[in-house]
This record gives sequence, structure tokens and C-alpha cells, in this order.
Amino acid sequence: MLHAFQAGTIVAIIAGLVGYFIVLRRSSFAAHALAHVGFTGAAGAVLVGVSPILGLLSFTMGGGFLIGILGRKAQSRDVQIGTVLAFMLGLGVLFISLYAGYATEAYSILFGDILGISSRDVLITLVAGLVVLIALTAIYRPLLFSSLDEDVAEGKGLPVFRIGILFMLLVAVATSIAVQVVGVLLIFALMVTPAAIAERLAVRPAQGLAISVLVALLATWIGLFISFYLPYPVSFFITAIVFLVYIAVRLKPFYPKKALS
Amino acid sequence: MGNSAIIIAKNLSVGYSSGRSSKIVFSNAKFSINRGEFVGVLGPNGAGKTTLIKLLLGLIKPLRGEINIFNECPKCGNSKIGYVPQHHSFDSELMIEAVEIVRLGLSGHKLGFSWPKNSRAERAEALDVLNIVGAGELAHRPLSTLSGGELQRIFLAQALIGKPDILLLDEPLASLDMRREREFVKLIKDTAVAHNITVFLIAHNVNPLLSVLSRVIYVANGRVAVGDPGDVLNSESLTKLYSSPVEVLHDSHGRIVVVGAEEGAHHEAHHKEYE
Repeated sequence: MLHAFQAGTIVAIIAGLVGYFIVLRRSSFAAHALAHVGFTGAAGAVLVGVSPILGLLSFTMGGGFLIGILGRKAQSRDVQIGTVLAFMLGLGVLFISLYAGYATEAYSILFGDILGISSRDVLITLVAGLVVLIALTAIYRPLLFSSLDEDVAEGKGLPVFRIGILFMLLVAVATSIAVQVVGVLLIFALMVTPAAIAERLAVRPAQGLAISVLVALLATWIGLFISFYLPYPVSFFITAIVFLVYIAVRLKPFYPKKALS
Repeated sequence: MGNSAIIIAKNLSVGYSSGRSSKIVFSNAKFSINRGEFVGVLGPNGAGKTTLIKLLLGLIKPLRGEINIFNECPKCGNSKIGYVPQHHSFDSELMIEAVEIVRLGLSGHKLGFSWPKNSRAERAEALDVLNIVGAGELAHRPLSTLSGGELQRIFLAQALIGKPDILLLDEPLASLDMRREREFVKLIKDTAVAHNITVFLIAHNVNPLLSVLSRVIYVANGRVAVGDPGDVLNSESLTKLYSSPVEVLHDSHGRIVVVGAEEGAHHEAHHKEYE
């Protein structure tokens, strides 16, 4: 349980930070697709006898690079991305079927298995988390500027295309470590929903980042705590908590509607 | 106010090239813009107006000829240029307040993040600029609650906070009604005069600009005509530019309607003025 809290804390912080920019850039579906691509990588890795986290990381980074090259306009093209991710998921199902006795590993990758995390995995998560944190800190202002207003940012001389590629690589790493907690299918719960909640509440980007991290952290900690007493998956509790907070925030209007003039 | 030339273009041809082929947008443009001028960039859709802006921003290079800004080739991230693009890509539900958007014009291009003390100073400076453009009361309003006219003031403030010498505005009047158009044009003019800023403003409809323009750059049919508004916006000059009959009509208030071969592009100006 200690390892679960350690890894869960690191993942929640990184997912909250990266997720805020995913929502600002309206790339949530692209980020969701990366998790599915990662599943295929993990399934393929086990098939060839390699650590699934390596397969996850290499496929998400490859996918992230390709999505980054497409540019932001293409990242919101749901049909194209959905078609590719459906194929990738199908490929992952094929890999599973080729390897007997794979059900437990597949379940962990699809739905998360934070309670089964080892100290080695915590160390890998910490290193990956630090890499993402340092990179985000370094490019924070240019990333924010290009996320909020790409044309003006480009006019100011920012390399918005390269920033986009770098950001998708960071999403790939964050996705890979988040899969351990909530799995591929529920990645939205940590990577997008807390950030979506923050976007509705925060009037300043720094506030938004803080709220996104706080929601992800609380959901993870409370989810882990409840699972200690109830025999149900941690990922369910995490997704349920963020969902309830999201509904509550959406129901309450925080500002008047747009002016007509 | 100084009046030396700050932008000089000679035999300028602009377009896009891929491999061996290139598409010329306009060619052989020649003009010289002095400090403090208010330049209207006019012409039909797709003629190359935004391409000219991209050239000034250093985002594209000329195919032939040259253009210099303050005696240098245009470069990306020139701090002397403020830019208000036509489109903005933020989420319609964005709750981030206007002062944070303006602040980006000051430090958004720098690596890292602003320490709290610097953040406070930047917000104070953003608030000052918002007051200059008459949008001080909008500082703490979320972007998603602002109207088209209010948003334009915010983006103008974002461009002005960097204290530019040149201000480029791509179709800033497109989402405004007639009354807001006149107010916004007056705001740009007053600000430009007060701070000795040279303005390039792309517009479909020249009429809101007639009282402030000192120069016109008219882009059409792969060519560019540059001069005083009266020298460019007349039947003879535009007929030569379009290589087909074009008539420039004036109503009793001095407003202009251009009718002719590119009639589709100018019907918008015609209908907008007379509705």
C-alpha cells in the first residue's frame, strides 16, 4: 500500500499538470488515443518477453511524436484519430490472444493495478515524473502562450510546432506512468477530468494547475484509502470521485453568460 | 513625430514554394512606409494581405526582391512588432481572466515561469495597458464572457504591452458592428499617435478607416498598388490593378463602394454600409 501511495502521488501530480495543458490545447482525444497505442506496445512487449512498461513507453512516445507532427488542427480530428486508435486496440487484442495466461497482465494494463506496484516501478515512476516536471517548468510560459493563442505566439517568434511535438512527448511519458494507476481505458479520469474541473474554476493558469493537481491527488488518495476497506478496484473509486466533482462544478455557473454587445 | 522610412520594400515578390514549383501571391511590390503612418492593407480574399503580414513577422521569406524593417531583414520574434491576428484559438469556455492574456504579450515568449513578485509587476503593467485601451474594467473578467468588441480591446492591449513600434492587425474589424468599428478604429489611431506607432491594418471594408488612413496598400490580382488613399482608391487605379473594369463610387457622405470584376469580395462592404 505504501508503494501505491508513493506512485499514486507522483502520477497524480504529473497527470494534473500535463492534463491542464491537454485541456487548454483541446487535445484530450489525442491524449486518450495515446493510452490505447500504449496498450498495444505493452501487449506486444509481453509477447516478446520484454517489460510491459518499456513497450508502453516506446509506443506512446512514438505515437506522441507522430501526433505532434500532425499539428494542433489535426489533433482535434476525432474520426482520423479514432480510426487509428481502434486499429491499435485491435492489434493489442491480437497480441493478448497470442500469449496464453495473459489475462491478468492485460487486465492490469487496461484498468490499472496500483496495488500491485513494486518498489522498482515506483523508482521508474519517480524518474519519469521528474523528467516531465523539469521539462514542463522549462517550457511553461511558451507552452502556455502557444496553448492559449497559437497565432500570436508564433508571431512573437515562438516555435509552436516544436513546442507541440515536445508537449506530446511529455503527454506520452505522463500517460505511461498514469496507466499504472487507472489503466488505459480510464486514463481520462486522471489526465483530463481534473484539468477540465480546473478550467471551469481557475481565472489564472497557476491556479488552474494547482486545482488540477489537487483534484487528481485527492481522488487518488481517497480512492486508495477506500480500496483498503472495500474489495473493489481503486480505479473505479478514482474515476467516480473525479466524475462527481466534475458534475458538481458543471451544475454551478460561476460567471454570468457572455455579453451580447 | 519622426517621419523617416522604417519599412522599405523593393521588387518584392511573395508566395509559397514547394520543391521545384512556387505559387506567387503577389510580385514586384515597391513601397516605403514612414514612422507613424496608418496603412490600410486592402484587397479581396486570398489576394495576399495576410501573406504580407507574415512576411513582416518574419514567418515567411520573399521569393524575390527584399524588404527591410529598421534596416534589417524581418525576423521572427521582433520585439518592435505587435501583432493581432484574425483568429484566436482559445476555448469558448475559458475562464482565464483578461489580464492574464494581456500579460502573455510581455513575458509569454520567455522560458521558465514568472516568480510571484514578477507576476504581480506584470499584472500591474497589463492593467495599465488595459486602461489605455479603455478596457480596465474588463481586466478580471473571464475571456469566455467577453463580447467580440471587448475581446478586440484585450488583444490590442496584449499587442501593445510590448511597446511596439509597428502594430500589425489582421481583420480586427471583422466581428464588430458599425458603431464598434468606428470606436475601435479611433482607439487604434489615438493610441498610435500617442505612442508614435506605425499601423498596418488589414480590412475588407475601407470606410471605417477613411478618416485615419495615411496610406493604402491594395493587393489584388498578383499585384500591389501603394499610395495615398485618393491615388489608389479610384476607378482608374483599381482597373489597372485588376486588369478589368472596376468602378469606385462615392456616396454623399464620402463613403466608398468598389464594384467590378471582384464584386463578390466587395459586396460585403457595400451591404454592410447600407443595411
